[in-house]
Amino acid sequence: MGLDRIVIVGASLAGFRAAEELRTRGHAGTITVVGDEAHRPYDRPPLSKQVLTGVKPPESTALHVASGSVDDLGLDWRLGESATGLDLAHRTVLLGGGERLGYDGLVIATGASPRRLPGTDHLDGVHTLRSLDDSIAIRSALAAGPRRVAVVGAGFIGAEVAASTRSLGIDVSLIEALPVPLERGLGPQMGAVVADLHRDHGVDVHLGVGVVLIDGSDRVERIRLTDGSVLDVDLVVVGIGVSPNTEWLEGSGLTLDNGVVCDATCLAAPGVVAAGDVARWPNERFGEVMRVEHWDNAIEMGGHAARTLLGQAEAYAPVPWFWSDQYDRKIQLAGRAAADDIVEVVSGSVEERRFVAFYGRAGRIVGVLGMSQPAKVMRWRSLVEDGASWDDALATAAETAA
Amino acid sequence: MRVVVDYDLCESNALCMAAAPEVFEVRDDDFLYVLQDEPPEAQRAAVEEAVRRCPKQAITIEG
Repeated sequence: MGLDRIVIVGASLAGFRAAEELRTRGHAGTITVVGDEAHRPYDRPPLSKQVLTGVKPPESTALHVASGSVDDLGLDWRLGESATGLDLAHRTVLLGGGERLGYDGLVIATGASPRRLPGTDHLDGVHTLRSLDDSIAIRSALAAGPRRVAVVGAGFIGAEVAASTRSLGIDVSLIEALPVPLERGLGPQMGAVVADLHRDHGVDVHLGVGVVLIDGSDRVERIRLTDGSVLDVDLVVVGIGVSPNTEWLEGSGLTLDNGVVCDATCLAAPGVVAAGDVARWPNERFGEVMRVEHWDNAIEMGGHAARTLLGQAEAYAPVPWFWSDQYDRKIQLAGRAAADDIVEVVSGSVEERRFVAFYGRAGRIVGVLGMSQPAKVMRWRSLVEDGASWDDALATAAETAA
Repeated sequence: MRVVVDYDLCESNALCMAAAPEVFEVRDDDFLYVLQDEPPEAQRAAVEEAVRRCPKQAITIEG
């Protein structure tokens, strides 16, 4: 099929699953995997949880394949090297070390990088969390016994870091500019429940406030907020979102707009697909152009993009799914939550922090949220997949509960 | 093919049930039940998908 050489730029989940899928589908040519970290592909979710608390050794995060071993995939690794440019006309990827990799098919899976707070680079004790090395550095800082940790940003990373830090018995202040934690993922009503979950566990929660200044002589000593409060802290973890890693593609001719813009099949240009956090595509199921930063999307989109590259192009129209473990609670959402959705608890109890809520929009169910109710979330996810009406969805839930 | 679940890792995220419902079931008690320890070869692709989709990497296939 004229696809002797496939290059995958990005050696994390999406790139790795693309490689696995290419082999599963019988691609026998070379697959070169370029990754800017020295590590082989590893799993990121434990980095804000078990690796941070020391429950899981860092090496246990190595990704596995479904059958056999990673070595069976016969991948040609370029680890510790970054791609610096793409020449679409000559089908060539340029690496920082000067190497030029010709390809017949290219998978772009370069992920995203954490945003940093400006003006903090000179201070020790201010961290972001994305990579294994980031997690190891924060773990060491936590092991040194800080008196108070400030977590800036209450998205997934911030909320999980706050929970992990509290589980070590360390005082935590959680600071979020929006009115509730996880607002983008869960919407305002359910985000408020997550705020209460953190208060239940003794977190000092500051909502709707920004950071004016992070201050100290050579190490962080205090953090000043927009409401005038000043917190004495000796460690700061910043989780204020990520930006897709597209700098290396600037001027390449690919369309870049908050990610690599793809068509509905994950194709960005002839012979070029993109997957995972870096990719933006029209999800026809939701009629929305999306860039999804979830773990599950990296897996599914990596596989999907690989199939597109092999000529089996189909529209990629998943129901996004994520989970977040905080304290002893498992938060899962299948679908998409928006700020003005109707939200209705259909099972369990918010007060007991064990429930299922449905999200509705324009007469249809668009999301299923569970707090520590995994079986029900997975069962009712099909209502979103099937585009069930809001009334039918509620009736189904009522039937099961009866 | 033999399906092995490490129950020390399993957290009942139930992704396996979505991928291979004939092999995995997470019931309302939120525990995972493996319905077939040795599923037929016809289930291999579905079970492999369950292995990949498990957020805890708790499932392995032997043979």
